[in-house]
Amino acid sequence: MGIDRREFIRIAGLSTLLGLGGTGAFELLAPGRVEAEIIPALGSLKAKRWVMVINQKELDDNTAQQCAAACHRVHNVPDFLNPPDAKLKLNPAVAHRYQVKWLWTEHFHNAFPGDAPAHMAEKVEHMNFLVLCNHCQNPPCVRVCPTKATFQRDDGIVMMDMHRCIGCRFCMAGCPYGSRSFNWRDPRPYVKENYPGYPTREIGVVEKCTFCAERLAQGLQPACVETSRGAIVFGDLEDEKSEVREYLRKYFTIRRKAHLGTNPQVYYIV
Amino acid sequence: MLEKALVGTKRYYGLLAILAGLFALGFLFYLKQLNFGLGITGLSRDVSWGFYVAQFTYLVGVAASAVMVVLPYYLHNYKAFGRVTILGEFLAVAAVTMCITFITVDLGRPDRILNVLKYPTPGSVLFWDMIVLNGYLLLNIVIGWNVLECERHSVAPPKWIKVLSYVSIPWAVSIHTVTAFLYAGLPGRGYWLTAIMAPRFLSSAFAAGPSLLILLCLLVRKYSKFDPGKEQIQTLAKIVTYATLINVFFFMCEVFTVFYSQLPDHMAHFQYLFVGLDGKTQLVPFMWFALVGMTIAGLFLVNPKLRKNETTLAALCGLVIITTYIDKGLGLISGGFVPNPLEQVTEYWPTVPEAIITLGVWAMGFLILTVLYKIAVSIKEEVKS
Amino acid sequence: MADYKNEFGFFAERPKVEKKLFDRNKVIAGLVIFIVMITIPLWQNLGKTVAAPAPSLDTPVIKQLAAKDKKCVMPTEWMRANHMQMLVDWRDNVVRTKEQLVTTSRGREFVAPDGKQYLASLTNTCMECHSNKVDFCDKCHNYVAAAPNCWGCHLEKGKKLAEAK
Repeated sequence: MGIDRREFIRIAGLSTLLGLGGTGAFELLAPGRVEAEIIPALGSLKAKRWVMVINQKELDDNTAQQCAAACHRVHNVPDFLNPPDAKLKLNPAVAHRYQVKWLWTEHFHNAFPGDAPAHMAEKVEHMNFLVLCNHCQNPPCVRVCPTKATFQRDDGIVMMDMHRCIGCRFCMAGCPYGSRSFNWRDPRPYVKENYPGYPTREIGVVEKCTFCAERLAQGLQPACVETSRGAIVFGDLEDEKSEVREYLRKYFTIRRKAHLGTNPQVYYIV
Repeated sequence: MLEKALVGTKRYYGLLAILAGLFALGFLFYLKQLNFGLGITGLSRDVSWGFYVAQFTYLVGVAASAVMVVLPYYLHNYKAFGRVTILGEFLAVAAVTMCITFITVDLGRPDRILNVLKYPTPGSVLFWDMIVLNGYLLLNIVIGWNVLECERHSVAPPKWIKVLSYVSIPWAVSIHTVTAFLYAGLPGRGYWLTAIMAPRFLSSAFAAGPSLLILLCLLVRKYSKFDPGKEQIQTLAKIVTYATLINVFFFMCEVFTVFYSQLPDHMAHFQYLFVGLDGKTQLVPFMWFALVGMTIAGLFLVNPKLRKNETTLAALCGLVIITTYIDKGLGLISGGFVPNPLEQVTEYWPTVPEAIITLGVWAMGFLILTVLYKIAVSIKEEVKS
Repeated sequence: MADYKNEFGFFAERPKVEKKLFDRNKVIAGLVIFIVMITIPLWQNLGKTVAAPAPSLDTPVIKQLAAKDKKCVMPTEWMRANHMQMLVDWRDNVVRTKEQLVTTSRGREFVAPDGKQYLASLTNTCMECHSNKVDFCDKCHNYVAAAPNCWGCHLEKGKKLAEAK
């Protein structure tokens, strides 16, 4: 439990560091310049309201699986069902319990429960729908979080701060889409390759899709969008000329459980 | 007064030793959980709260039920309860301590628990639960201790204690209401999304808590020179009777709304609990036992003969405790999570380490309860002689 | 004494009670055992000196840097005292957008006092040069008995290092 001590020292020393070491030191070292600062990276992608449109008509099953795999690869998501080492193999029921999912596929009656008629288009019935965090405009998970570890950014992204999460899992109970996963055990041995662009997680915190916030900051599209061969478009809802707005004008779209008032921001073209 | 807890019979020390041993065993397994993660429990991505949160919810009810002895005494000047208020308050202290411990044990990152204070978030019900639970614990310790100390020295309690006692009455209601709001405000969980959640919580609390208190009173009478009193026990029994019946009534209200409206995502949870879903029927026998048992207990308690006979009363109180525990413990939490938001069924059953940790926390609570009751009973005996 | 009270309260003359320590031997023995036990770590380290760590800067990346580039994002002395606070600031800025004041994707370029820009990243900036975690980080942390949990999540190897391998 070294963290306790570290936390204590940090809090105890915080005022000293900030008051004497921080700004004061900058002032001495670089006169005229008040502080070193953090600025948005040049070429980062910005929007007033990020949204995603998934064109299921253009998304074949193979590509859908590739999108999920790409997402899980660049976020170091552990795979408990197929561990990288045979020695780590788990009982399937246990592996199912531990599962971490950011982006995965579901059938229509699971992705849109209650909306499936008894006789529906065969194509749609067996279609694999990509499901993920909906980055709701009115997110219940943010409402229930007792520490603001999950919060909504100004650009609409529902973000996770895994440094702050206490692991109470209230957000998992609050999410009406089952989009959140918990680290029931140390995920690292189950991460296939350590992707350097993103950290892994420790036990005891909740995680989920972040619309690739770290990639947007580098001017990159989300990993699933990049892998989707044009089947997923991503952009600014407030920008009339954006591709997503064009899609929303052109096609009829549906959203998951929109009647709950969460205002989900992932749209599906069926 | 603490010195009263240090002298006792062999049996008293034996009980303390057993409880401390169980607590230590639970603690060892908790260390294992800290090391491995909550994966040693039966929880899953789909059922993300389980046994720990269930105990927490049940015990909040037990704690809140102290109001059932405090309220008649302070608001209606029902003198007879003066003898047992201390037992109610100390039961609340032990119960709230267990609640807070269960929440801590359930956290993935207990080392960060103070983040709740560091980044206060009034929009989160959990934040308010933290405030009301800790406040209620403090209230009951201060009130109980001072009233007992005054009784020992045969002086009237100071005025501010009376003020605090009045505060503790709505406060007791608040702890269970806020706890119900943890569940009742979530848009995607049909089983919990009901305005009658808080009233149901209170009715089952006022059935289970006083039942436990009756059993404890009978034990205290048997093993000490202090008699909580026949009238007191009978009044508590009436409270148990009507709270149990109201609890069954509230449940039926729920059943009507859900099944007459035929809303699928509300019905699915009831179907899972009472007939099973997708062939998964783990909880079905428990739920029927709880429902039938609770109804029978309530109806039998109405019969004055059965209520006035302390043997049958004790048995019926035991039945109320077990059935409300199944309803609120096993059923409420699992039922809310099954089926999951994607209408898939993943069942939940606690694992052995999880059960041992739970037992350890209960042992800790009963250790506190034993010590507090020992003090209270010793003082009562001292005053009497 | 707790039940002692009269109408003069606090100012009343207290009754004379013989001052005596009961179970004297047991109490003193218990106190001695207690004091010895809580001071065990001090006794264990008595007379031992532990050399102050000298973290090694000798990593392949640093060796290859031109002399003028051989400097950290902030001066060494300042880093020694404040790197932990700086990393926390980086973390909060990258993850939390300074509690949402800016309508941009997260800012993550760190501008040093001399105007040079760096990516605010432990793995991809700090560990790029200081790739010898055991030598550079752990030595001092162990010396001062600090156990930061950065590496519970953040990887030791950055992008460039991973590509080079």
